[in-house]
Amino acid sequence: MKKTFSMLLAALAILTIVGSSCSKSSSTPATVTYYMGGDAIGRPAINTVFVTTGSKDSFNNTIPSVMEAAWQPKFQTQLMALNPGFTTDALGQTASQFTGLLATDVLNVSVSGTTTFFDGTNVLTGRNLSDDVIHTELLLIFGGSDGSANPTLSNDNVPANDKPFLSTFPYLASPW
Amino acid sequence: MKKRTLIVAATIAVIFTGGIVWASDHTDAPAVTGTSLDITDLYAFQGANSSNLVFVVNTQGLLAPTATGAAAFDPNTLIEINIDNNGDNVEDLVIEAIYDGTNMNFYGPIAPSSTGLKSKLEGSVTAKVAVTPYSATSPVTATGANGMMVFAGPRDDPFFFDLNQYHKILAGTATGFNNPGTDAFAGTNVLSIVVEVPKSLLGTPTGGKFNVWAQTKKKL
Repeated sequence: MKKTFSMLLAALAILTIVGSSCSKSSSTPATVTYYMGGDAIGRPAINTVFVTTGSKDSFNNTIPSVMEAAWQPKFQTQLMALNPGFTTDALGQTASQFTGLLATDVLNVSVSGTTTFFDGTNVLTGRNLSDDVIHTELLLIFGGSDGSANPTLSNDNVPANDKPFLSTFPYLASPW
Repeated sequence: MKKRTLIVAATIAVIFTGGIVWASDHTDAPAVTGTSLDITDLYAFQGANSSNLVFVVNTQGLLAPTATGAAAFDPNTLIEINIDNNGDNVEDLVIEAIYDGTNMNFYGPIAPSSTGLKSKLEGSVTAKVAVTPYSATSPVTATGANGMMVFAGPRDDPFFFDLNQYHKILAGTATGFNNPGTDAFAGTNVLSIVVEVPKSLLGTPTGGKFNVWAQTKKKL
């Protein structure tokens, strides 16, 4: 069905070209294969945590340049549902600022120097294999302005991977 | 305090009814769960050679060792790394990977002919590598003419999280995490692509930072 539709479109395109140029060329244009629809990720766990059931495919199919306008208000509602006591996070961000940052789901990556999601000093300059990103996100959601609020929810206490990473390419550990 | 925690946990449980799994991006949305389109994680970091940046896209997560040998990339799934270098969150460069049944073929980094949700393979293959079989004792890697190192194949899932305890919190049968927690992703594998790219191929980003995101796209 889909294929038939594509062929129809291609036939129409040929007709249009032939019609507009009044040529009698019989050459067939090279077929271009397109790809569309699927999964998307910038920062870890954003779709899973901040997007409600029923909207997850829609979030995956929103381009980053329009994400903030489309999703920030929904993210803020979700944040306040997760932690009704939220005022500011440990980065000093209000609910509006924090969710505005997260709604544009891209990973910020520094071109020079340390690349990490959070290492105690650098924030959002990349994502290392060893970064404890869940702890960072739980801290920002539940930990309050100094990271001390809701201590049983702000850390899952799994600080590292179950296999050491390689120091050279391809860096990831061999499979189990 | 305890009451507030309970309220928070109960609220979470209400929001996440429907068995939604909070992992990183593992099984995040109905249209991609259980398919070759499912991305589990994206990583971007400076390489062992500090002139390079490394991008990792992991797919098809939670593979048990017994299932990993049969897991395969899909020739109808395009894996795309998008790089914005002027701060407008529109991709200026893409790196694309497509499987041909034997090799993973990489395109770019290259300015795409159009941006957004619909893509085609851009330019010509810049690097290709045989997919490392599960049985291999060492990873198969290759380097393209542009200096880009590439890998594709099964690896340990580098993500770690006490997902099962989180489920209990959602279900209201626990009020918080344990210490120590238990990594629910221990002993599981993913299908990875890894590319290490000379920074010189990526341009000079506004404000010193790129914005990066990964997408999978299905052949139309």
